Amino acid sequence: MGFWDVVTGRSRPKAANLDSLFLVPSAAVTLQTTLGLVPTGEGAVCYRAAAGSAFQQMQDDVVTLLNEDPTAPDVSVTRDDFGFTWLVAHRETSDTSGLCTDLHAVNTALEAQGFGAGLLCSLVPFADAAGRRVGLVYLYKQGTFYPFAPSGRQSRDNLLEIQVRDQLTGELPMEQDLGRWLAIWGAPGL
Amino acid sequence: MAHSRFIKDTGLTTRMTLVMFLLGALFVGLVVGLMLAVRSPGLSLIIGIAGLGVAWWQWYSSDKLAMRAMRAREVTPEQAPELHGMIDRLCALADMPKPRVGIADMAIPNAFATGRSPERSVVCVTTGILHTLDAEELEAVLAHELSHVAHRDVLVMTVASSAGIAAGMLTRGAQYGGLGMFGGRRGNDNNGVPVWLIILVVSLVVYAISFFLLKLLSRYRELAADRAGAYLTMKPGALASALQKITGEMNTIPQRDLRASSAMNAFFIAPALRGVSLSTLTSTHPSLEQRLEQLARIQAELGRPDA
Repeated sequence: MGFWDVVTGRSRPKAANLDSLFLVPSAAVTLQTTLGLVPTGEGAVCYRAAAGSAFQQMQDDVVTLLNEDPTAPDVSVTRDDFGFTWLVAHRETSDTSGLCTDLHAVNTALEAQGFGAGLLCSLVPFADAAGRRVGLVYLYKQGTFYPFAPSGRQSRDNLLEIQVRDQLTGELPMEQDLGRWLAIWGAPGL
Repeated sequence: MAHSRFIKDTGLTTRMTLVMFLLGALFVGLVVGLMLAVRSPGLSLIIGIAGLGVAWWQWYSSDKLAMRAMRAREVTPEQAPELHGMIDRLCALADMPKPRVGIADMAIPNAFATGRSPERSVVCVTTGILHTLDAEELEAVLAHELSHVAHRDVLVMTVASSAGIAAGMLTRGAQYGGLGMFGGRRGNDNNGVPVWLIILVVSLVVYAISFFLLKLLSRYRELAADRAGAYLTMKPGALASALQKITGEMNTIPQRDLRASSAMNAFFIAPALRGVSLSTLTSTHPSLEQRLEQLARIQAELGRPDA
């Protein structure tokens, strides 16, 4: 917010930064080799559905588009307790780049219709052999990633999260401000 | 092509800027006028700076003062997980630092945001509002309050009120110590109206003007926060229903079926003229009708299908 925006009381909705999502496939390889974390083959985009028919129509179009690919399983749409919508895409465990393409299709559709400001985060879950789960979360407004590792009801495995951050610091723009490591309890795939 | 559904509201911006300009001009006018009247520039400048100083102090300690006045306590994420989760998400969506969160034990449904900067701000809700509103409406109210934080409304309003504060200080000075302070020993105005009386009248007039301008500015800031909050949650309808519940002015949109009205009622369902009364001039918040109208415009813009 610049000075003039403050004076006029005008905060524009912040546009989403979509660029870094395609860095995820190479980061997935790093996580697999260093920490033994394997993508679960799911991925989700979390956004705020706007009121009105325009948004509903666009969302239906995106779901149809993604479901038309015969090689990929169907996507599903769920709503969480906070009023945000999760669009979950499924792919083969090895096909992380295909997953990112799917997620990106959702992003570009939202942005093309003028709803880019409603994007909250996207999530690519990982799991290791011991059953630990970590979600790699992409914050659209910041353009940064952070790990989220739930270890039970309302508790996080902070050590694992910091390990993941340290491993990926060179590859992805990681969120430096720990205050922005938003907990997403009950997110699909975690 | 990437575009935004954000509609500009040039009218509101223009009016708001004009009001702020008038308040600033009033403050400068008061100080310069005093300099000419008292013929001692030092004293007038001191009063002007003292006015700004009081405003600065109000702004600087606004979070503590307001929390104490409302008897609010700060809550941790463990104590109020839903409330914190909601604010977390809204802050991530708006890309702003997370404020502290407070709860006041009050039955009145209300919420406020205060603090000297977005980094040191606090958003507070009453227990009444937590009981009255559902999750979606509460989120809309929080988005409205977060917009106040983003717009730095505490700063803007306190700076804007400095003309009024300075005038108030002058009024008191002229009433009590005025004779000794202002030109009492000058002795060249013996035949005319005493200087302190002029200052008293002028400062009262300035105070009155700044009072109305401040209330006008406050109403514009509320409308701006409504707009920003509605765009943040993308659900103008939720804010509208929350406002209706909170203000309790349900009578603006009747629930009763039109056909149930008796024949006589047909004569006064719609007042022909919407007059400006004293209460509309002095209220700090715009009328519910005005706010709903604006939210309906945003709703229409969000729902408009386009290629």
